[in-house]
Amino acid sequence: MEILVCVKRVPDTSENEIEINAEGNDIERDDLVYSINEPDNYAVEEALRMVERAGGIVTVATVGGEDDEEVLRREMAMGAKQAALLSDESFDGSDARGIATVLKGFVQKGKYDLVLTGVQAEDGGAQVGGMLAAMLDYPFASLVTGIEALDGRKLKITREIEGGNKEIYEIDLPCVLSIQTGINEPRYVGMRGIRQVASVPISALGAADLGVEDGAVGAAAARVKRLDYFVPPAGKGAEMLSGGRAEIIDRLIELLKARGGLQ
Amino acid sequence: MESIAEANYWFLSGRVLFLILHLLGVACFAYIVARRLAPLVRAQSDFRFDRPCARLGKVLQFWLAQWRHPRYRTAGILHILIFAGFLILFSRAMSLLWLGVSDAAATPWFSGSAGRIYDIIRDYATTIVFLCMIAAAARRLFFRPARYGKNGTADAIFLLALIAILMAADSLFEGTAAAAHTRQGQPPEFLAALSMPWLVKHALAAAPLPALANLHWSAYLLHEVTFFFLLCYRPFGIQFHVETSLFSIYFAKLDRGTVKPVRWGVSGQRLDQLPSFGVKTFEDFTWKHMLDFYSCADCGRCSDQCPARAVGRPLSPRMLTIKARDYCFTHYPVLGASRNGRPLIGGIYSEDEIWSCTTCGACEAECPLLIEYIDKIVDLRRGLVDAGRVPQSLQKPLKALESRGNPYGKVAKKRGDWAKGCGVRVLDGKPDADTLYFVDSITSYDERIQAIGQATAKILHHTGENFGILGAVEKDSGHEARRFGEELLFLALRDHNAKAIRSAGVRRVVTADPHAFNALRHDYGDVPPVEHISQVLARESKAGRIRFHPVDDSRDVYTYHDPCYLGRHNQVFDEPREVLDAIPGLRRVEMSRSRDRSFCCGGGGLALFYESKEEERMGVQRVRMAAEAGANVMVTACPFCMVNIEDAIKVAGMEGKMTVIDLAELADRQLARGSPAGI
Amino acid sequence: MPRIFACIEHKAGVADDSAAELAAAAKRIDAAQVPVAVVAGWGPGLDAVCEALRPAYSEIWRIADRALAHPDAEPLRKALASVLPRGSIVLVPHAHFGVDLSPGLSIKLDAAFVSDVLQIEGAEGAWLKVVRQEFGGQVSAHVRCDISSGAVINIRPGAFRPLESANAAGRVVDQSARIGDLTVRRRYLETVASETGGVDISKEPVLVSIGRGIQAQENVAIAEELAAAMGGAVSCSRPVVDAKWDKSRQVGSSGCTVKPRVYLACGISGSFQHLVGIKGNPLVVAINKNPKAPIFRAADVGIVDDILEFLPALTDRIREQ
Repeated sequence: MEILVCVKRVPDTSENEIEINAEGNDIERDDLVYSINEPDNYAVEEALRMVERAGGIVTVATVGGEDDEEVLRREMAMGAKQAALLSDESFDGSDARGIATVLKGFVQKGKYDLVLTGVQAEDGGAQVGGMLAAMLDYPFASLVTGIEALDGRKLKITREIEGGNKEIYEIDLPCVLSIQTGINEPRYVGMRGIRQVASVPISALGAADLGVEDGAVGAAAARVKRLDYFVPPAGKGAEMLSGGRAEIIDRLIELLKARGGLQ
Repeated sequence: MESIAEANYWFLSGRVLFLILHLLGVACFAYIVARRLAPLVRAQSDFRFDRPCARLGKVLQFWLAQWRHPRYRTAGILHILIFAGFLILFSRAMSLLWLGVSDAAATPWFSGSAGRIYDIIRDYATTIVFLCMIAAAARRLFFRPARYGKNGTADAIFLLALIAILMAADSLFEGTAAAAHTRQGQPPEFLAALSMPWLVKHALAAAPLPALANLHWSAYLLHEVTFFFLLCYRPFGIQFHVETSLFSIYFAKLDRGTVKPVRWGVSGQRLDQLPSFGVKTFEDFTWKHMLDFYSCADCGRCSDQCPARAVGRPLSPRMLTIKARDYCFTHYPVLGASRNGRPLIGGIYSEDEIWSCTTCGACEAECPLLIEYIDKIVDLRRGLVDAGRVPQSLQKPLKALESRGNPYGKVAKKRGDWAKGCGVRVLDGKPDADTLYFVDSITSYDERIQAIGQATAKILHHTGENFGILGAVEKDSGHEARRFGEELLFLALRDHNAKAIRSAGVRRVVTADPHAFNALRHDYGDVPPVEHISQVLARESKAGRIRFHPVDDSRDVYTYHDPCYLGRHNQVFDEPREVLDAIPGLRRVEMSRSRDRSFCCGGGGLALFYESKEEERMGVQRVRMAAEAGANVMVTACPFCMVNIEDAIKVAGMEGKMTVIDLAELADRQLARGSPAGI
Repeated sequence: MPRIFACIEHKAGVADDSAAELAAAAKRIDAAQVPVAVVAGWGPGLDAVCEALRPAYSEIWRIADRALAHPDAEPLRKALASVLPRGSIVLVPHAHFGVDLSPGLSIKLDAAFVSDVLQIEGAEGAWLKVVRQEFGGQVSAHVRCDISSGAVINIRPGAFRPLESANAAGRVVDQSARIGDLTVRRRYLETVASETGGVDISKEPVLVSIGRGIQAQENVAIAEELAAAMGGAVSCSRPVVDAKWDKSRQVGSSGCTVKPRVYLACGISGSFQHLVGIKGNPLVVAINKNPKAPIFRAADVGIVDDILEFLPALTDRIREQ
């Protein structure tokens, strides 16, 4: 089985306190630690487990620049055999549709039975996987927490829905699945593993290689654009509530509502 | 009476019969030992041939003088008696072998009075060993300590019985000869009064000569057959330690607090190129570690002391060894081809088992044969790390160590924030301080523990120390990264810190964190000498440069909890106690488990991130031990002990009844600041 | 302004709460327009759902097909692509169903797509300005979306307050005949109910987290009731796990890392090991008897009270509202 996993390098929210820069047009990136988007890592692990069982190889791909190569290396240290950096100036400023268009170009160059993505990026909105599937006219399932190979190019998959319930589907290959965290326990990638793949060549593919048309990607083609960042209201600083219990409770309920803790 | 060698048995002369028997026995034993050595030949290298004097010292102390045996009194005394008996009877066994093939005196140098004295000692040794066998068997059968487990009982009784038979046969052999001599009117042989041969002689004084002759040679035959059977049987079980312990102890690890390199003779830079890392299959163990498996006598002292075992974690150091030994016996059989087996993890060990160890070292401090456990655990963890099999709860902190230099994922520039307002300088390259205070991650970032850092800084100020910290440049010492098997991460952290420390230009380093202390002292190398704050306090107090106020509440009873990496791994037992005893009015009691038998609080560093399956927290048991000792204040000298014990007090529901304080915090609180230094 | 459609989730003949929220969101895009509801399904409950939506929607497009008996995004996407006019704005609740449906739908309709929208600031010509959250809610962002060729917009459930009064008296229009072939390459098999205790606290938006202050196992019910009233789950600190409660519920360095919107720390002293497990900058409310508890230094809101008395009172008040 040939599996492609689309990954992304993001600032790791579990290790960063995200702050906004002075201009308000971006987050403060100086002290940020980047890593692979967490659900993407689960997707790679799942792909590796599938090929360990059924044979085949795992390819990882990302859309980005030189800096993004590090996540490809990390996933290669995990066991991905091939990696591709989809990089072109014309891709800059793409929205999710643009990224999906680039990935579509890459998928069509190969012969993948299965395309996996993480369910959502830290700085994204669970968009690219579903768009890519629609562009390729592949079936799609999101929030996947279980994959089981069936006979005859089919998978049995589990989707996570509300209340911890699960939906079970049968899906034909080739398809696109977006993987939810918790589907497995990703293996650890130590410093040794990363160093061992440090010099493995990673192919870089541009717009021309992927057959991506100029007008289809990039800032000009983007229909969705982020204007600025701002900090949600209700800042820090422990406010001690005092007064009678009933009074405190009413004030607390107000605060909870303001932050979406009550509906 | 005819001599054993001259007599005829069936068709053969004694000489021929026993020559065959002896040669057969020796050949058998040689073959078995050769087979047992087969895996050692395939094992990883291990550098154990240096410092022969230190090694001989270990042999004298731990082998010949049986140094650790009396720590378990009954078993220890029995073992010392048996061991001494075996040493004495070794030459007797040799001379008996000789008797079978030759009439000439087996030990010509033992004739005369020296021989007479040896014979008396020997008669009593035989008797004592025999009695010890009975006592040991009775213990196994009727008063079995829990640490032995049930499975080994039959085997143990069988072995004890064989040795008892050996002793009885020897006594019968000698007693019958003496009885025959008397009956033949020859001058009576002198036998030690009330020894077994003496009893035999008197019991058979009236027996007819032919019966005595038959008994005599039968006893000899029984002795020889049993002797060779035992010799060849020992390599199949715990009795193999009789042969291997001498080597195990000679080649024992000499350096406390250290961890073995990934591969002997492979430098840090070349570790990347190794095809595999750590122990994954049995052959990845070093030959010394395999020898350890053979040497284990299954006495269970390691597991009896192991805190992981005590709280029901899936780890028992004894089983770590026994399972490996059984694996070895199965895959390297005495008969048939040796087979390369499956991976150890998932085979004989579970992942949980390997991560359950806190590396406290209680097992190693107890083992009479100096068997190593921490290095094996670390090697197995290296194998797991290399295979990517690291628990999710440990992956985050390891990654944060790599990217942030601390396991909590906190930003580096806030590392020195705790020291703001304490007047602590950050050493930034100008070599103008004498001393560096190495803080380490938990003291830098954990709000509760920062108080220990602040107390340490105040003490150093008070003693007039010209000191500073590395601030944002400092990274985690990597002590636990190494002990959790992430060697390359440790090396990166070490190289970074060592360079920063050297460029600070200080003459010495002080820390309040025993884990950092151990890392700097044993793992780093090429950094200035390191002291723990308790050593500084003890020195300054002894010299009269600091004095303490009397304690406020003289009803409080204090007890000192030895942190593993200060006590067991670095032998700093006395200094913290001296500091406590220097505080006027402080009442101090000892817990039943203290000093090198201290009971781990639950483990430090990355161990705080790993949630093992267990029935109870180690800290909870420890807090109870403190209460049993009659204390209501626990004093420790390690940030991780503080975290674990504070937590444990809550869990045990002992808030208000027990408190815990760090030695530095206590010393800072009690410092008599009014009097200037030097008074 | 293009026409606005709302995809209605419903179950057992009852429309989801999000139905009213989508109507409110539509108002924020175009106050002059009453949106159209799209209700797809099969079986007896369908008409009741359509009926219930009439006050808030100008039209209710009813799509009945056996293939839609289970809310399955794959056939529904096909149906919507056939039925919806090009250039429309389609609102979808951003839950597991919307995540499955919408990105692909936007491609099939050749429309823009904005995910997980919290606020709508209004339209200006071809541009619609909305608010989203990124980095686990640590920061918000204004996002501009080109709606000139239509848009699919996923709305975060609970983000929009339903309109006070609505009296659109919408009519039900059956569109079932226009949906075309719904054969897809993904087939629904079954839904498996969660095992008891299968709560994943790392994904819960609201956590009522209990510490030593809960005192006894019997008192856990107090926290559970509050969590139920708030629509969240109960988590705990290490000492509670040690007292033989559920380990999967533990927040902290040796437990789970959580990223809720609201974190109620009840009777938790607030050790560093616990606090490192709370990420994503939630509103942290600390309730503790001890005014010196370190948790008050880390919390946004602090209340000094006994949780055994305070929590039931809070639960009652929330239920009253």
